[in-house]
Amino acid sequence: MSLGYNTLVVLLGCALLGLACGTVGAFALLRGRALMADAVGHAALPGVVLAAMIVATLGGNPRALPPLLAGALVAGVLGVLAVQALTRGRRIREDAAIAIVLSSFYALGVALLSYVQTMPQAAQAGLGKFILGQAAAMRAEDALWAGGIAAFSVLICLVLFQRLRAACFDPDYARVMGLSVARTDLMLLALIVIVAVAGLQAVGLVLVVALLILPAATARLLTHRLPVLLLVSAFLGALAGALGAAASAFEPEWPTGAAVVLAGAIFFTLALLLAPERGVLPEAWRRTRRRIAATESHFLRAAWEAQEAAGAGPGTAGDRWTPIAALAAARGWSEGHASRLALWLGLRGLLARADGEIHLTPRGAAAARRAVRAHRAVELHLLGLGATDIAGADRLADLVEHGLPAEMATRLLAEPSSLPASPHALGPRS
Amino acid sequence: MTAPAPLAITHLTVAYGDKTVLWDITWQATPGLTAIVGPNGAGKSTLLRAALGLIPSIAGDARFFGRKLEEVRNRVGYLPQRASVDWDFPASALDVVCMSRYPRMRWWGRVPKAERDAALGALEQVGLADLADRQIGRLSGGQQQRVFLARALAQDADLYLMDEPFAAVDAATEQAIIAVLRRVVAAGRSVIAVHHDLATVPAYFDHVLLLNGRAVAAGHVKAAFTPDAIARAYGGRLNVLEQAVAEGGLR
Repeated sequence: MSLGYNTLVVLLGCALLGLACGTVGAFALLRGRALMADAVGHAALPGVVLAAMIVATLGGNPRALPPLLAGALVAGVLGVLAVQALTRGRRIREDAAIAIVLSSFYALGVALLSYVQTMPQAAQAGLGKFILGQAAAMRAEDALWAGGIAAFSVLICLVLFQRLRAACFDPDYARVMGLSVARTDLMLLALIVIVAVAGLQAVGLVLVVALLILPAATARLLTHRLPVLLLVSAFLGALAGALGAAASAFEPEWPTGAAVVLAGAIFFTLALLLAPERGVLPEAWRRTRRRIAATESHFLRAAWEAQEAAGAGPGTAGDRWTPIAALAAARGWSEGHASRLALWLGLRGLLARADGEIHLTPRGAAAARRAVRAHRAVELHLLGLGATDIAGADRLADLVEHGLPAEMATRLLAEPSSLPASPHALGPRS
Repeated sequence: MTAPAPLAITHLTVAYGDKTVLWDITWQATPGLTAIVGPNGAGKSTLLRAALGLIPSIAGDARFFGRKLEEVRNRVGYLPQRASVDWDFPASALDVVCMSRYPRMRWWGRVPKAERDAALGALEQVGLADLADRQIGRLSGGQQQRVFLARALAQDADLYLMDEPFAAVDAATEQAIIAVLRRVVAAGRSVIAVHHDLATVPAYFDHVLLLNGRAVAAGHVKAAFTPDAIARAYGGRLNVLEQAVAEGGLR
C-alpha cells in the first residue's frame, strides 16, 4: 500500500508519542518509577470500559476517543493514588503495592469488558485495541492529539530539567535546599500518567510501560551525560513508535504495541551487547585482551629468564633455543597450553618454533625485555624496601608489569642488564 | 545579647514505627567544629535528618540561628551519607556540585556561568578541579566523598550538617577533609559532623555530643569527652580498641 495522508499522520503521531515516552521515561527510570508506568497502564482498563458503557448508555458513539481517554486518565490516577495509599503506612512495600493495584484494576477491567459484551448497544466495539494497541485504527485527529500531548510533556521535562535531576539524584539533599521534591515527584507522576494514557491507543495498555522504559534503559547503556541520555532516549522512543506504526500500516491486524516494543527490545539488546563502554561484548573483549596480554608477557618473560638460567647472563638474550617443555615446567603450565601459546606468539611474529623448541625474534626479545624490566624492577624495589616477601613481591610486580604502558615502563625502569638476577627461582608458583 | 546558637534542639523525640530512636534530646550546638559520637543505632544520623525535617519527629523542635529552617535554608548546608545515592547516576562531578546552587537560579534554562564558577571553586577547594567533568561513578570512594563536601561548601552556608564525612576514606583524604573543615570554621562558620572514630575526636573537634538514644554528654571535648561519658554512651558495647581509647582518656 502507498503511504496515504492518514498513514503519514499516524506515523508522525506515534513517533511523537514515542519521543514523549522516551523523555518522560528517562526520568521515570532514574527516579525508580518504572513500575508505576505499568500500574497506570493496567489501571486504565476499567476506566476505558466504564467510559464506553456510560457513553453507550447515554446514546453517544462509544468509539469516540476523548471520553475513553478521559476514563483511562481517571482510572490511571486512581491507580496511582491507590499505590500511594497502600505504601503510606509502610505496611506494604511499593513493588508489592504496584503488583496488587495493577492486577486488581486489570481484573476489574476484564470483568467489565465481558459484561459489556452482553450489552445490546455494541459498546464493546473496538475496546480490544486498547489492550494490545492498534495504530492503524487511529484517525488523523487522534494522531494530532497524541502529538500535542507529546509536545507538552517534552516541554515540561525541559523546563523542569534541573528540578527533576536534583530530585532523581538526591531527593533528601534537594529537600534540605528547599526544593519541593514532593511537587516535582507529583509532576513526574502526572507526566507518566499523561503519556501512558496518550499511548494507550497506539501501543496498548499492557505494553505501554515498555515504551517508557526501553528507550531510557537503552540510552543509559550508551552515555553518562543526562542531556545526551534524554536526547538518545527520545530519539529511540520516536524510532520505535514510528516502526510500530509502520508495521501496523502494512499489516493492520498486527498488534502495534507488540511491534513497537519488539523494536525497542531490539535496540536495547543491541546496546546491551555492543555499547562501547558498558556493553557485554566490548567488556568481554577488553577482559580477554588483558588476559591474553598478561599470559603473553608471562611466556615471554619465562623465555627470557630461561636464557638467563642457561648461562646467557642476566639481561642478555643469548642465541639459544629453549624447549617449550622447560618453559611449561617453569610456569607451571601444561605442555599443551604452553605449545598453544607458542603457536599464537609465533603467529604474532614474536618467536620462532622448531621441534618443540622456541627462539625469540628481535621483536619478541624486545617485548620480553620490557616485561622483565617492569616485573623485576618493581620486585627488587619492593624487596629492597623490605616491604614484602618474595612471593608477595612477585605478585605485586605482576600487577605493575601488566598495568604499566610500554612507553612508561621504558622511561621509568632500568634495563634488565643493569639489574641483578631474578630473586626467585624459576618454577611453578606456590 | 549573644547570637543565637547555630543549632538548638529542644525535646526532640523520633520513632521508626514502634521503635523510639531518639528520646527527648535537648542540645545547643556551640559555634565551631562539633562531633556527634555514639554507638551504632544511637540515632546520630537520625538526629541530623530529623533536625532538617527529612524524617518526621513525634515531638520537639529544631531551630537554626534561632529561626525555623524554612526561614534560614540558605544558611544551612548538608552533606548526606555517601551511600545514600546511586553513584551510577548520569552526572559529572561538576553537575553534582552545581545542584547546590539550584535555589539561586531560575528554575528553567541552563546553569549560569556565575553558578558554574562557584561550583568549580568549591571543587578546587577540595582538590578535585581536574576531575570536574569526570562521571561520578568513575571517581574513587574518597573522591566521591569530596564531591559531596564540595557540594556542601558550594552552598556557602553558615552551618554545615555532615553525616559521616570521613566514612570509608583513606588517611590522606581524611586529612584533606579535616583541613577543609578547619578552614570553614576559621572563616567563622560552624560544622556539626557525625563521627565514628573515637580516637580522633579530641584531635579533630572542639565540641562533642555523645549520643545513645539520649544525649549522654555535650560540651567542649576537654570537659565532655571523658572516659566515664564515653563508657556511658557505649554501654557494654565498647570494643577493645574503643575501650583502650576510653581508658586512655585524652592524650
